Parts: sequence; C-alpha cells; structure tokens
Amino acid sequence: MIWALGAIAFWIAGSALNVWIAGRYGRARWARLFVPLLFGATLLVLWEGLVRGLDVSPVILPPPSMIAARFAQSTDLLWGDFIQTILKGALSGYVIGCGAAVAVAVLIDRSPFLQRGLLPVGNFVAALPIVGIAPILVMWFGFDWQSKAAVVVVMVFFPVLVNMVAGLAATDHLQRDLMATYSASYGQSLLKLRLPAAMPFLFNGLKIATTLALIGAIVAEFFGSPTRGMGFRINTAVGQLDMPLVWAEITVAALAGSGFFGGMALIEKAVTFWHPSQRAR
Amino acid sequence: MKALLPILTVLAAIVVLWYGAAVWLNSQWIYDQAARAGTEVTVTQLLSETMVQDRPVLPAPHQVAQGLWDGLAGQKITSKRSLVYHGWITLSATMAGFALGTGLGILLAVGIVHSRAMDMSVMPWAIASQTVPILAIAPMVIVVLASLGIKGLLPKAIIAAYLSFFPVLVGMVKGLRAPEGQQLDLLRTYNASGAATFWKLRLPSSMPYLFASLKVGIAAALVGAIVAELPAGATMGLGARLLSGSYYGQTIQIWAALFTAAALAASLVMIVGVIERVTLKRMGMAR
Repeated sequence: MIWALGAIAFWIAGSALNVWIAGRYGRARWARLFVPLLFGATLLVLWEGLVRGLDVSPVILPPPSMIAARFAQSTDLLWGDFIQTILKGALSGYVIGCGAAVAVAVLIDRSPFLQRGLLPVGNFVAALPIVGIAPILVMWFGFDWQSKAAVVVVMVFFPVLVNMVAGLAATDHLQRDLMATYSASYGQSLLKLRLPAAMPFLFNGLKIATTLALIGAIVAEFFGSPTRGMGFRINTAVGQLDMPLVWAEITVAALAGSGFFGGMALIEKAVTFWHPSQRAR
Repeated sequence: MKALLPILTVLAAIVVLWYGAAVWLNSQWIYDQAARAGTEVTVTQLLSETMVQDRPVLPAPHQVAQGLWDGLAGQKITSKRSLVYHGWITLSATMAGFALGTGLGILLAVGIVHSRAMDMSVMPWAIASQTVPILAIAPMVIVVLASLGIKGLLPKAIIAAYLSFFPVLVGMVKGLRAPEGQQLDLLRTYNASGAATFWKLRLPSSMPYLFASLKVGIAAALVGAIVAELPAGATMGLGARLLSGSYYGQTIQIWAALFTAAALAASLVMIVGVIERVTLKRMGMAR
C-alpha cells in the first residue's frame, strides 16, 4: 500500500511542479523539455508504484523495472529481431515504397488526366485497411523479410503519393510565370522550383509513412515469419506469458518508431529550413 | 462529373492489369499440372483455366466478385459464412471504439486548450505515442485482456479507440484554437466567462476541424478493429476471416473479406462526410 500511496503522492507533486513551471517559465526553452520529461517520469513511477502496491501479477502488467531488467538481459535477442524486422523488413520497404511513390508522382505530373483519375483512387486506397493484404503478400513472397517489405511498400505508397502530388501542385502562378520568363524548360522548372516547393508536403507524407512502415512490418509477421522478428517474438512470448519480454519488444518498437520519426523530422528541418513552419520558433 | 471519366479509366486499367496478373501468377500451377500429365498447354486453355481455379494465387476479379456476392447475399445473415455477419461484428467494435476514442480525444483537447501545463506535458507524449507501432501489439493487448476475463467487444474497441483518438485530439486542439484574437477579444469585452467562450465561440469554430479528423479517425478505428481480430482464437469478424483464409489457402475468401472491409471503410467515411455537410450547413459554415 505504501508503494501505491507514495507513487500517487509523487504523481501529484510532479503535476503540481509542472503546473507551476508551466505558469511561470512557460516560454523558456528548458521548461519545454523539462515539463514533458517530468510528466513521463511521473507516469513511470505511478505505473511502478501501482503495480507493486496493488500486487498486480507480472503476467498481466509487469512493472517498468522488471521490463528494464529483461531488456538488459536479452539485448542479443532484441538486436536480432530489430535487424530482421526494422532494418530488413521495414526500412527496405520504406525506401522502395517512398521512392516509387515519388517517381510515380513526378511521372503523372505531366498528365492532368491521369492525376484526376489517380488522385481520388489514391485517396480512397489510403483510407482503406491495407494491413489486410498482409496475408496475401506473405503467401506470394514467402515467410522471410521480402514479404514484410512488400507489405510496407504497399502501405507507404499511397500516403506519400497523395502528398507528393499535392506538393508538386503547390507553386503559384507568379513563380511559374517567372520560370517561364527565364524560358526554363520543363525539367529545369521541375528541378529548381517545383521539387523544392514540394518538399514540405513530401516530408509530411514521409513522416506519416514511418509509423505505417513499422506497423506493416510487425503485423505482417503475424501471418507467418521465420523464427525471429519482433512480431514473431511478441506472438510467441504472449503464448509463453513472458510479458516482460513482450514489453521489452514494445520498448524497442517505440524507440525505433520515435527514432525513425525523429530522424525524418531532422532531415526535414535541414531540407526545408526556408519554410515558415521551420523558421517560426 | 468532369472527374468521372479519368477515374473510370484508371479503374478499368486496374481491372485489366489485374486480369493480366491473374493469368501470369496462376499459370505456374497449370504448367505444373500439364507437365505432370505430359501434355502441352495451349493459350486458350491457359486463359480459361487461370480464371476458374479453386485456390488461385491471385483470384480473377470476377471470382472475387462471385465470392463477395456469395458472402453478402448468398447466405443467411446469421450464418458463419456470411460476410454481413462478420462485417457486423467488426463494425460494432469499430463504432464502440470510435465513440470511446472521439470522446477521449475531445476531452483531452479541451483540457489542453485550457491548461498550459497539460498542453506542455501531454502533447509531446500524445505525439510520441503515435510513433509507437501500437497496432502491432494489438493482438497482445487482446490476449492479456482475455486472460483477465475481458472478452468480446471491449478489447477490440480499446484498440480501435487508441487509433482513432489521436487524429481527433490533434484536430480538436487545432480547431479549438482556431478563433482569432479579435474574436476572443470581442467576447472578453462582453465579459464572457470561460465556459461561455467555449460553448459560443471555440466549440462552433472547431467543427470543420473536428469533422476532418473524424473521417481519419473512423478509418483508423476500422483498421484497429480488424487487426484486433487477428490473434489466433478469434472466430468472428473480418480480421478472423482474413486469418482463417490465409491458414487454409482460401485466397478468394481473403479477397472477399478485404473488399468487404474496403467497402465498409468507404461507406463509414462517406456517412461522416454527409453528417459533416448537414451539420456545417445548419451552422451556416457550408463552403
């Protein structure tokens, strides 16, 4: 009981401190970092305290300390799964899918007819439960990472395509007329004006696609996989009621997802430094 | 109307490509059979036989249509083979999760807009929570909840809610902050209370944003419900149809379930769209 009460007290104290800091130093840079971190820490403490204090069985919800211990203990296993699922499955599929989407967007850019036909279809497909094709692709490409990459390709293709097409249309008349007065060819105006202008839109799509890629790669493993990979490990560990290992895999997935997303955001910052949304802060 | 011709052209191209791919992918089996029987395969034979296999690698469009029709109209609605039955199971979980997620998203958004501390502490984590491929661990959540004795609709609804809550949260925060300083100042000169500002200005002006994110959210909720049906043991719902189809190599069943899910997603988004149009019109915000 002491654990639970202590955790709740800590949580209340942390929240009070957060409210105070937010009210007083809300604009400061360190406060922007510190407040969310403290909030996360209080959540972890609350979790640990409640699980211990209320004697929740680790089969249902293990405390963070136990997950951390399992994580440290099985780094080799986790690293192997990481390579199989994230590097081989998700990343290769992501590169192929996004590359194909950008290429298709540039190709159909010259044909308004194709655009008017493909865009509604693309928008429609982007809203569909594409994860559902995972069993079909696993059947076609076998159990190894190729099928996972194929699922990822299909999943990331349409969001990136839709964003890229919107991005290529983002220049206004004045800018295009200026290029025309320079007598720029189609290729020149594409390379020097429209591709750079499309970058904010493209990165929007690329950032959405990072999470989709991880989801696709992991879910596809539920339909069949070699004896490694994060989806496979989660499935079998659940079967053995080895919840700390499951949560360790989830931690890896969360870190990989955040890292992937953060990496894209950093690249975006470097590429579209001129855009108002990047300059504002 | 102007967009109809290009869309139909693209769809027709997709169907043609599909038939081509079906012939190409299914031909392997025909060639194997012919080699075993020691006969040659003629082109017409190839074309006709790739269209009618029981377990094709890629079913031809008309086979899928046949399977879809069979599942939707050819069975009694209560039958275990009926796609209407499985679709209903998935739909009920989707709607429950969507309602939960939307409610939670709106509540959190109201809190974030009104409390600076909440904005600073919750928002980064809400964003970070979306970079976690939560969908991938959905089956685990189901299994754990089942071991606690919680079965049926609720676990699926929780997954669906988790997925639909984020778009609603982000959209609502944006929407509740949409009123301009001038408008807020006007209400201040009226000495309007915080609650009055909320009900009379912030909430109405957030409606377009809310509906835009509801459309994203309901599609996400459907995906969540389907994936939540994937863990072994589930026997009902479109996700279970997908899984059993993949276990037994019933490709036509997979495609039929997939198209049912697609139609479901499309009609859900459309229904939200209609509600959006009616609501915005009544509120005088129709564009």
